[in-house]
Amino acid sequence: MKFAHLLAASSLAVMAAAGANAKTLVYCSEGSPEGFDPAPYTAGTTFDASGKTVYNRLVEFDRGTTNVVPGLAESYEVAADGLEYTFKLRPGVKFHTTSFFTPTRDLNADDVIFSFMRQGDPAHPWHQYVPGISYEYYAGMEMPTVIKEIRKVDDLTVKFVLTRPEAPFLANLAMSFASILSKEYADKLEAEGRMADMNNVPVGTGPFKFVAYQKDAVIRYQAHEDYWAGREKIDDLVFAITTDPAVRMQKLQAGECHIMSYPAPADIEALKADPNLQVMEQPGLNVAYLAYNTTIAPFDKPEVRRALNMAMNKQAIVDAVFQGTGQMAKNPIPPTMWSYNDAVEDVPFDPEGAKKLLEEAGVSGLSMEVWAMPVQRPYMPNARRTAELIQEDFSKVGVDVSIVSYEWGEYLKKSTEPGRQGAVILGWTGDNGDPDNFLAVLLGCAATGDGGANRAQWCNKEFDDLIQKAKVTSDPAERTRLYEEAQLVFKRENPWATLAHSTVFMPMSKKVSGYVMDPLGTHNFTGVDIAE
Amino acid sequence: MIRFLLGKLAYLIPTFIGITIVAFGFVRLLPGDPVLLLAGERGITPERHAELSAQLGFDRPIWVQYLEFVGNLFQGDFGLSITTKKPVLTEFLTLFPATIELGLVAVTLATLIGIPLGVFAAIKRGSWFDQISMGTALVGYSMPIFWWGLLLIILFSGILKWTPVSGRIDLLYFFPNGTGFMLYDALVSGQSGAFTSAVRHLILPSVVLATIPMAVIARQSRSAMLEVLGEDYVRTARAKGLSPFRVVSIHALRNALIPVVTTIGLQVGVVMAGAILTETIFSWPGIGKWMIDSISRRDYPSVQGGLLLMAGVVMMVNLIVDLLYGVINPRIRHS
Repeated sequence: MKFAHLLAASSLAVMAAAGANAKTLVYCSEGSPEGFDPAPYTAGTTFDASGKTVYNRLVEFDRGTTNVVPGLAESYEVAADGLEYTFKLRPGVKFHTTSFFTPTRDLNADDVIFSFMRQGDPAHPWHQYVPGISYEYYAGMEMPTVIKEIRKVDDLTVKFVLTRPEAPFLANLAMSFASILSKEYADKLEAEGRMADMNNVPVGTGPFKFVAYQKDAVIRYQAHEDYWAGREKIDDLVFAITTDPAVRMQKLQAGECHIMSYPAPADIEALKADPNLQVMEQPGLNVAYLAYNTTIAPFDKPEVRRALNMAMNKQAIVDAVFQGTGQMAKNPIPPTMWSYNDAVEDVPFDPEGAKKLLEEAGVSGLSMEVWAMPVQRPYMPNARRTAELIQEDFSKVGVDVSIVSYEWGEYLKKSTEPGRQGAVILGWTGDNGDPDNFLAVLLGCAATGDGGANRAQWCNKEFDDLIQKAKVTSDPAERTRLYEEAQLVFKRENPWATLAHSTVFMPMSKKVSGYVMDPLGTHNFTGVDIAE
Repeated sequence: MIRFLLGKLAYLIPTFIGITIVAFGFVRLLPGDPVLLLAGERGITPERHAELSAQLGFDRPIWVQYLEFVGNLFQGDFGLSITTKKPVLTEFLTLFPATIELGLVAVTLATLIGIPLGVFAAIKRGSWFDQISMGTALVGYSMPIFWWGLLLIILFSGILKWTPVSGRIDLLYFFPNGTGFMLYDALVSGQSGAFTSAVRHLILPSVVLATIPMAVIARQSRSAMLEVLGEDYVRTARAKGLSPFRVVSIHALRNALIPVVTTIGLQVGVVMAGAILTETIFSWPGIGKWMIDSISRRDYPSVQGGLLLMAGVVMMVNLIVDLLYGVINPRIRHS
């Protein structure tokens, strides 16, 4: 700790030398990062503070889109069989020179191999550099089974050999967990017996270099002078950690910060009305749904599920719960995602038709549970209220609903149990912009069973074949076609009631320019400027 | 006096053991576990869950975990935070100065305002001053801290713009080698405006945190003072022809303060509890906010270590108050 302080002290001297005219952007963030190594963590707050600021990846999501573009790799080639990815690294990429580390060489293949092997190889000296560490995204994106080998071809060329074709592989490499660390820095920390500092005082190639972190209070960064994509326009970036959304709003209005994350839906109007502020908005890459347990009668019948979906007034839910900050969902993927099938016709709101359909299916006097999660999530502002509205709608077609809730961790666990009674309200925010990240993770056959994310326990061969085929197909047009077809099957079978896609808001001072919202929900300050 | 001290210390041992059990058991009684929260909506297979639980040591019998926890405590090891992977003690010591600073200012504020308020209310018993001040104290005592904090922010920071919204000091100032006590760091830094900025940032959170203790101290001072004012020696002092000021300040107040000192000591526990909410509202980087984060993440080592350390601080303060009580009240010492 003392060491980190000392280092920070000298960095501050540099900051001070930059003069009082330095352009400083203050971002009111919603929480503290768990650490500064993005690989062991899963929280967006941590990625904002590390992956997106300090580090880069071989490929990146193009600003404001989910398109994958070259990053630290200036080009890449994919073998015809989809089993080999060869990355040509950008020459002359500089790591941060800080008060605590001076790199002696530019980025090379060793850094790339180190960054992946430490996660994938349990025998790697850095695999457990802090006791109890684990690499959940690396495991979650199936990297241990997908990557067969990572080979150094030459100093600036790295080859990934895969065990099977994997179309979302490139998108996965653009995620924060795949950030490239400095092997030279790691060697230095190891030699000095300070390996834990990899997670405390990071060194990367990213647009901003880390200066200091005062726990739960402030994170300070400085523009990376030798950034390969060009130095940022702002000199200093400060994260002022402010957990309460109402207080973040007050700070923004009082000019104590220039930009804030996650405003409360109820405050949006007031923020829009403030003459000093601008509020950017964009549809979130998310979906909220109600998943029936399709293995339990009578929810195993598609016509029963359809009937219940017909009984549900989704517009009323969007109006009451999202308060104008969302849109009705008809597909399991959001409209901003490629391959979204707009030709899909949603189940109409038709309580009379629902009653008739239930009668035809021989269902009468049905009692069921609707599970409402106990927390607010970016895709669902108020699950309890949603459940109450569903309860009211279902009662009109003779279905008696009791609302059930558990503590969040329990909820997540119990909702995956195959024998679960009742339908579950839950949702998902995309990790990498690939439809596979929604369709396979949430609705694939492999995700059913205890602990899987397929809460509908829905395993439909026709649907699963389509998404499996799309996963190993590299032609984007063909993948699009397959996913579009899969969405038709989904709507025919109705394993979920697709509820809504929420809108994400980003309020900021009118002095801020060049901010681009990220559809993946991270907060990225490259290209941002601030008027004096 | 030594026997008195030893007697007090002997009480601390069973209390300490009790606290280790409560601290250890409390967080485990809460439903949910950190591994499930880590996995989130993605879910986690039973195998992976078992693997991660084993890695964190949660797969062993609960009593083994408890004994290890207590055993490590004797070596000064409070464990590693599941979230940040840092030693719990380091995290606590980093954040504790912020809580001490806020707590001390709040208790001082509560005492400096609460005692005179209670004493005057007692002297002017039944007057409009008594009615208003004690009524206000009752309102203060019943105030929901979260709502009160937000209200003050909206009024003083939002509308009047007199105080900053949150934080400990303006972001311009930064003392990487500081002690963590912002008032002190700002003062010795010599940077112009730093100390004023730190004071301005302290005003609202300390007022919010002081509200309940202030109400309690005021009410306690009033009833203690009323009791003393009815005593024979006060009547004697009056009969001797002493000025009302001397009667109150020398003869009555000194005796009335004895129970008030205990009350102030007990308020340290209240301030610790209040700090949890106050720090959350004002983004004050202290242990209250840290505990809330750790509980919501089911970070067992941080919660149990944090609780134990907080309880230890409260116990120490209570011990000091008990000793002080013995010093100022010879009857206790000799009983």
